[in-house]
Amino acid sequence: MKKNNLILYGVLLVLGLTAPFLFPAFKVQISFMLILIILAMTWDVQGGQMGYNSFGNILFFGIGMYLCASIQIGMFFPLAEWTESGGEKTFLHTPTQYFQGLAVGLVFAAIVPAIVAALIGYGILGLRGHYFAICTLGLGIAAGEIAGGIELIGAGQGMTTPPWPKGIGDTELRAEFFYYICFALLIATFSFLNWAYKKRFGLVLNAIRDNEDKAEAMGIHTMRYKIVGWVVSAFFVGLAGGLVGNIVGYIEPIEVAFDGREMGVFMVLMAILGGKGTLWGPVIGASAFHIFKEGFWTFFLGWQYVALGFLIVVIVVFFPEGFMGWLREKYPERFGEVIDEADRKAQVELK
Amino acid sequence: MSILEINNVSKSFGGVKANVNISMKIEQGSIVGLIGPNGSGKTTLFNSIVGTHPIDQGSIKFDNNEISQLPVPVVAKLGLLRTFQQTRIYGKLNCVQNMLISHKSEKDNVLTIFEKIPEELNEKAERLLKFVGLHQKRKLRAGDLSFGQQKLLELAMALMNEPKVLLLDEPTAGINPTLINGIIDRLIKVNKEYGITLLVIEHNMRVIMSLAQKIFCLAHGQMLADGTPEQIKNDKRVIDAYLGAQ
Repeated sequence: MKKNNLILYGVLLVLGLTAPFLFPAFKVQISFMLILIILAMTWDVQGGQMGYNSFGNILFFGIGMYLCASIQIGMFFPLAEWTESGGEKTFLHTPTQYFQGLAVGLVFAAIVPAIVAALIGYGILGLRGHYFAICTLGLGIAAGEIAGGIELIGAGQGMTTPPWPKGIGDTELRAEFFYYICFALLIATFSFLNWAYKKRFGLVLNAIRDNEDKAEAMGIHTMRYKIVGWVVSAFFVGLAGGLVGNIVGYIEPIEVAFDGREMGVFMVLMAILGGKGTLWGPVIGASAFHIFKEGFWTFFLGWQYVALGFLIVVIVVFFPEGFMGWLREKYPERFGEVIDEADRKAQVELK
Repeated sequence: MSILEINNVSKSFGGVKANVNISMKIEQGSIVGLIGPNGSGKTTLFNSIVGTHPIDQGSIKFDNNEISQLPVPVVAKLGLLRTFQQTRIYGKLNCVQNMLISHKSEKDNVLTIFEKIPEELNEKAERLLKFVGLHQKRKLRAGDLSFGQQKLLELAMALMNEPKVLLLDEPTAGINPTLINGIIDRLIKVNKEYGITLLVIEHNMRVIMSLAQKIFCLAHGQMLADGTPEQIKNDKRVIDAYLGAQ
């Protein structure tokens, strides 16, 4: 088992590192797939492991995106002029400025959403079930409306992120650069969650999902774990947001940053498709979903939402527990659900 | 020495007076029964004791500390634990995981959230699962166990937590008669060997009479009678409350 795991990780690592050269035409597409995997995995911390269906994780995505871009620009140029000019008056970053700005921007894109998650979480993680879901749905919508009203960050017409600096390669290099950052972020997210799920953290999240009242009655301060879980999600989602802003090159409040209608729903769908509450489910779900979605958007343009709706129906009806859940139901012994035969026999003989 | 002291506790929900001026003292190391017809306020009293809801008046002292204002996890941490009438287990986790998560970690703060679960706990978990006879099914999901087995698992989880006082809400309800004897034996063992004080809600008179040293009887939210099983058995008020006065 251990050896198989090692081989699997090795193959995936090599595949990840060579993907931009194996599929040079799809660099940006694959970067997006990696981002989607990150979003699905972090959504699963709440929705799957903890049983709190959150539609609000998109909030951290948008905050990270706006914050990263604003810092990248604001560090070197007046932000208000940048957003006001609407592209007519352009400032250009030197390569050093560009990378410095990106690094600082990403740091804040991680930390600030995490703090926001802690504050909001303290307020609303006491809600349960549908109430929590509806409340978080409101968060994303409200954030989009608020962002659309702030002139400094371009209000409703949005803002551009800094263009790739002149003199260090072309757009291909830019795509590769961001691909590898996304890949690194995915590895970081996966490794962290894989580690954390094996600790007390993971077990308590599952306990909260299965019976929160019982967990409290057994002396577990569930609120603490719920908040920390959301902070962890917000941290990685914020980073993902910061990266997406730079890959897309343009931030718009409702369609790109706080895109609860698409991205916010996709992260839920992807996690459920792969099997929520599992480590690999969201990874499988997000990969399959992205390939499916891009295929439809390319070959059946106009029918893509019909296809998407159909996919949702199929998942809910035939794979309510997702791919991993379906596997587990079919081969429970592969997941360690076995009766100790020796022990059973011993007990029967005793009687 | 009484480990749990309840003084004049009242609790009402709107116009429904669930508990009226209830007082009881529970001696350390004893097994105490709590009986009464359906809707007489037994479970409400349990909820009041562990802090599920605030009480309207009165005081609850555990180990000489006032606990009536404390939230549920804090009360549980002090060593006052309850089980539920409807079993509450972590259905999608296997039995061993159910046990591991029930362990009371001594230091519990933000830093211990990502703490490793100690290896030696596995051994303790398996020993207790053996004690309740679930060892062979330890790797199955708790939600796949039968109701009776879930009750046993819940008992084992409570023991894992090493409480001082354990409040059991109908430990034998819905369990087949042969298994009931096993549960009685184990409860007595829990009391003797682990020194855990038990307060047991029970409708099965045979069980509670053979288990408890002292019994309190509630009716319509009020304390109707208390005494030894023998006294309770022959108390006319108790018989009337259960069967209706003639």
